[in-house]
Amino acid sequence: MSDEIRIKVEGVNFFYGLKHALIDVNMNIYKNMVTAMIGPSGCGKSTFIRLINRMNDLVAHTTLKGKVLLDGKNIFDPDVDVVELRRKVGMVFQKPNPFPKSIFENMCYGLQINGITDQKILYEKTETALRKAALWDEVKDRLSDSALRLSGGQQQRLCIARCLVVEPEVILFDEPCASLDPISTRKIEDLIVELKKDYTILVVTHNMQQAARISSKAAFFLLGELIEFGNTEDIFTNPRDKRTEDYVSGRFG
Amino acid sequence: MKAEITQKIGFFLLIAALAITILFLGSILYFITVNGVKVLSWQFLTDIPRKAMTAGGVAPAIVGTLYLTLGSILFSLPLGLITAIYLVEYSPKNIIVNILRMSINNLAGVPSVVFGLFGLAVFVKFFGFGVSILAGSLTLSILILPNIISASYEALVAVPRSLREASYALGATQWQTIKNIVVPTALPGILTGVILGIGRAAGETAPILFTAATFYTNRYPVSPMSECMALPYHIYALMTEGTHPDQQKMIAFGCALILLLLVLCISALAIYLREKQRRKYV
Repeated sequence: MSDEIRIKVEGVNFFYGLKHALIDVNMNIYKNMVTAMIGPSGCGKSTFIRLINRMNDLVAHTTLKGKVLLDGKNIFDPDVDVVELRRKVGMVFQKPNPFPKSIFENMCYGLQINGITDQKILYEKTETALRKAALWDEVKDRLSDSALRLSGGQQQRLCIARCLVVEPEVILFDEPCASLDPISTRKIEDLIVELKKDYTILVVTHNMQQAARISSKAAFFLLGELIEFGNTEDIFTNPRDKRTEDYVSGRFG
Repeated sequence: MKAEITQKIGFFLLIAALAITILFLGSILYFITVNGVKVLSWQFLTDIPRKAMTAGGVAPAIVGTLYLTLGSILFSLPLGLITAIYLVEYSPKNIIVNILRMSINNLAGVPSVVFGLFGLAVFVKFFGFGVSILAGSLTLSILILPNIISASYEALVAVPRSLREASYALGATQWQTIKNIVVPTALPGILTGVILGIGRAAGETAPILFTAATFYTNRYPVSPMSECMALPYHIYALMTEGTHPDQQKMIAFGCALILLLLVLCISALAIYLREKQRRKYV
């Protein structure tokens, strides 16, 4: 575990129209660590991680103030290529969203849009990423099958593999287990822990136990404010703020 | 008890409505088939009209309808699809664009003879295409353009946002996302619009009346600038002109049957393509 700061969030305020969704958020994300965002629905945690790969750019009528520095460079500077940024900062979504194409085509898409067309390279990278996502053994004999025929848990691992294949450095997980059964959830959790060796990871989760199981740092959001940020252990066992304590002990949320 | 009776009446009404629809549809098909089959023969399909349209075949009209229909799709599909892509993906969401969309939808309700006059004024006269397959195809394509646009629009809008986001999150540009993810996903819906368009283009008489169709020719069209015979117009001609109404009526039934089969074949091809695409990855 290192103490190297990968992402620095400075004085971020975010608005959907007039709604103040994030209020003066400051936070550091450390390299090769899992940082969990917790808090009740609508607290801004999803909005927060969607800033890191500028996914919120796609939403109309939003305003941002403040800076998000990735390796010291503000990702909202006008000279930043958002396509380049998203190749560096991958994302896995709440609901598995494989493309209605074959498993292999799902895996190749991210590479092909980067101009890689050599079948041998595509195949090798697909295998490597599927192995990392612990899906290879289940799908190696049916790569040309539709991705939609996989189970929900397999689909989500395919989405993780699809994200890994373009070799990002940071991965954002937006409630990756929200629509999965406990066994699939367990597999995804193990995977996230495994991945932190090579990646910087942010996870949004509704599930307190999940945050405790997989993360080293945790951030508690409430109504757009970052209430508390620290080591996961401290957040759960020794919170400084009364509201954090109430939330993690299940008194509301 | 009361609820049960209401339910029975409801069911009865639903079934009655369905039965009436099937009755009309069935009797149309029945009369056309029964009467049309009488004149159907290899000669009818492959020969030119003879003896003042009372004998011979209708091959030039079949060929003409085929050219006009395919020609109209050739123009309207790319134009309609690109328009829909612009409306869904690129256009600003403001009142002007909304008015534009409403106008396109209203265009679908304009009587087809108006399109015929427009085609005459613009394609035949202004652009100087003359009465030709080109002018007729263009006129028909404008007629079915609203159908193609709105079917494509609905299909593109229905592509889940999550698929677009997945593509963007992998570092795809907007154009890559549209080309590789959005349009292929929407394709079955777009093809549905094309199928409806084919039926309409093949069957319309008024738009080709002044722009493409000729009353009688014993030659096949040789270029897009040729005028041609067409099945719907031929039916109209057989029923209103000529000196042997009884024989002509039977030939008109034959033409109607062929027109039905032709539309059925083209639609079947489009449906086959759609299902192939749909089944590929579901």
